[in-house]
Amino acid sequence: MSRGFLSKQIFTTLSMSILFCALCAASARAQVTFARLLNSGKEPQNWLTYSGDYSGRRFSPLDQVNSGNAHSLTAKWVFQTGATGKLETTPLVADGILYASAQDDRAFALDARTGRPIWLYQHQLPGDIRPCCGRVNRGLAILGDKVFFGTLDAHVIALDTKTGNVIWDVVAADYRVGYSFTVAPLAVKNLVVIGVSGGEYGVRGFIDAYDAATGARKWRLNTVPGPGEPGNETWEGDSWKVGGAPAWNTGTYDAATNQIFWPTGNPAPSNRGAGRAGDNLYSNSLLALDADTGKMNWYFQFTKHDEHDWDATQVPVMIDSGGKHLIAQANRNGFFYVLDRTTGKLISATAYGKTTWSDTMDAEGRPVAKKEASPTLEGHTVCPGALGTTNFMAPAYDPQTALFYVTSRDQCDIFSTAPQPYEAGHAYYGSAYFPSDEAEPYRGFLKAIDPANGQIKWTFEHISPTWSGVLSTAGGLVFTGDAEGNFIALDAATGKPLWHFQMGGAVYAAPIAFAADGKEYIAIAAGSAVYAFALP
Amino acid sequence: MFVGDKRAECRWRGFLVVSIWTAMSMLFAIAGYPADDRNPFAGDAKAAKAGEYEFRINCALCHGLGARGGGRGPDLTRAQKKHVHSDEEMFQVISNGIPGTVMPANGTNGQGVGMTDDEIWQIIAYIRSVEVKSPAKPAGNAAHGKELFYGDANCSLCHMIEGKGGRLGPELTGVGGSRTREAIIDSVRNPSRRLAWGLTEPTKEFPQEYETITVVTADGKEIKGVALNEDNFTVQMMDSSEQIYLLEKDKLRSFTKSRESMMPVYGSSLLSDKDLDDIVAYLTRVGTK
Repeated sequence: MSRGFLSKQIFTTLSMSILFCALCAASARAQVTFARLLNSGKEPQNWLTYSGDYSGRRFSPLDQVNSGNAHSLTAKWVFQTGATGKLETTPLVADGILYASAQDDRAFALDARTGRPIWLYQHQLPGDIRPCCGRVNRGLAILGDKVFFGTLDAHVIALDTKTGNVIWDVVAADYRVGYSFTVAPLAVKNLVVIGVSGGEYGVRGFIDAYDAATGARKWRLNTVPGPGEPGNETWEGDSWKVGGAPAWNTGTYDAATNQIFWPTGNPAPSNRGAGRAGDNLYSNSLLALDADTGKMNWYFQFTKHDEHDWDATQVPVMIDSGGKHLIAQANRNGFFYVLDRTTGKLISATAYGKTTWSDTMDAEGRPVAKKEASPTLEGHTVCPGALGTTNFMAPAYDPQTALFYVTSRDQCDIFSTAPQPYEAGHAYYGSAYFPSDEAEPYRGFLKAIDPANGQIKWTFEHISPTWSGVLSTAGGLVFTGDAEGNFIALDAATGKPLWHFQMGGAVYAAPIAFAADGKEYIAIAAGSAVYAFALP
Repeated sequence: MFVGDKRAECRWRGFLVVSIWTAMSMLFAIAGYPADDRNPFAGDAKAAKAGEYEFRINCALCHGLGARGGGRGPDLTRAQKKHVHSDEEMFQVISNGIPGTVMPANGTNGQGVGMTDDEIWQIIAYIRSVEVKSPAKPAGNAAHGKELFYGDANCSLCHMIEGKGGRLGPELTGVGGSRTREAIIDSVRNPSRRLAWGLTEPTKEFPQEYETITVVTADGKEIKGVALNEDNFTVQMMDSSEQIYLLEKDKLRSFTKSRESMMPVYGSSLLSDKDLDDIVAYLTRVGTK
């Protein structure tokens, strides 16, 4: 980029920003308060948290774009991030400005109507970071005049919403032993709640809360309990020290009980249970935490003593139905779970994909692993495979159809153990997995599940598995993307595709909806860009 | 630690960041070099065992369990390798990958910092321990194999080698170097078997899957061919006369996809074991030169 071009770019954008601020000054509110986050349903033009609201539903009340006119959706703008790899970000939108993140810890703010950048930030990363599975970031949280994000070298950073200036930057853990952040934080009250990644490196997982104003850590919940703490007895010997249980996807918040629901991932090493006999609490669990103190009120472990890398880090979705306060999760292990979110008691668990690891349930109704599902040195086939029936891709729940929409995959793998000593900062899987040639070709779906009975109401089959999340809207639509680069609108009631657009890059992100100047937009990241669509 | 103040003097530093994003990304690709140029674990059986487990975790997805070749990685039990001879060369290849092939550099497959030098040397000790020291020379007659490939066996009607041949099937110039003899023979005798697996990208033998597509267009024309590409809404295909068709699925009367390959099954009555050995010898000669 030449200096002349750069100057012009700065001048143009500066001018536009001034113009923009002049235009929006009358309508923009200064700050995104906790009260606004709590009542986000009252401002459907904004998308203020990772899942759109605290319930985790990823449902937009906007209906300007609906099943009657979705066929005429058109691309309005594209923002090229310049990043390579998987773009997993969920943007936020507040008062006409879109905030998002990209690989290698970039963050940026755009004019939500035009995609023109207002500021761009990139964290300076050391050269020897240890992110598993891509140098990704899933998004930001917003509170007050700051946006927050976690970095691949395990910092938590607050940026000024207007300039991208760093307000505070704190180190949460030592990246050299395998800690990193890829998750979008959740802002609750005056806190920034964030869960750590690193289950592939034998870290000891945690969920942290930081004072949004200062960056001071207010509480930490270790997801692997230490000696003397309840649950430590579920680990053999000293295995708890490298027990994993990361917390790398965003949880939800229930104001009625002041509880944060946050899911956890695999015990380490991920695919070899020898040496860590026991249930390995609180790996692969949903944790209900007091928002003020981080104290655990209850937990529910989906996969005990996991040996297949089935992190339970899928977004837990709060559903209120028939006077019941529920929380539902489509789990990586192939079962769809519904719990009572007041008590953590299991209500139902139903397979929603191809599963061979369990054919019995315990007294609570929880699927129990067959002995023969355990990986062996020679290796044998288990379904789902290591990638799971679903993974990090965000699901959606539509209160109008009362359906839960989730991206799923049918794939089986050969799981083979590979004994491996723990060494700080080095990959610690204890295993290998291979595609199984006994299995059918891999298949990918969008499924609509009725949480009342776990039955699948409709299925849209992709030509190959996708990593895209799902958005549902009051316009009777669900939106998702595919591995071949299409962004697709489907009828929420039937699964019939109504519109698609070829974006030219595979989708690893989840869509959002927002409105600006009275026009509804649907936005999603694909390839290395963010796209926004609206009616002509 | 605060890092923002370093660039606080630049009000619009963000736009400078844009210009260095790419440069910074490139800096992360750090080449590995051996601390020592000789394998400290040469001949060490215990290290080779540790190397076997490292191999399973890092290499077997492509090179197969036992290093005998997999979906897209060559058989490493062969003493003669295409890209490396010495342990030092092998270290370089594992560290830095092989440009122009799918062999990645250590640490660039999304798994953080990758293997340590010692772990790489252990893997090399393992590979050396499973090499077949005096491999049987390809049994066949490569010159005759070439005659068959371009002649009576009709392979070149659909397959190209070094720029000569058909376009309907996979290009085969490198296949003799990257696939085992057994895998090539199986592909000829049972051409649909691997296609039926439908493996995902990391294990695909070829970037294209070669499923058989049959469509009936709106005007009633039936077209049968192989898929060049496909998404949920469109298909790009080639028929047996190498005509390319670009089709929207919702405008077709019918669309069917099969994992039964268009390649005929070459049973031993159609192609004798000896003639097949000759073709394999030809593919091996071309693929390993």
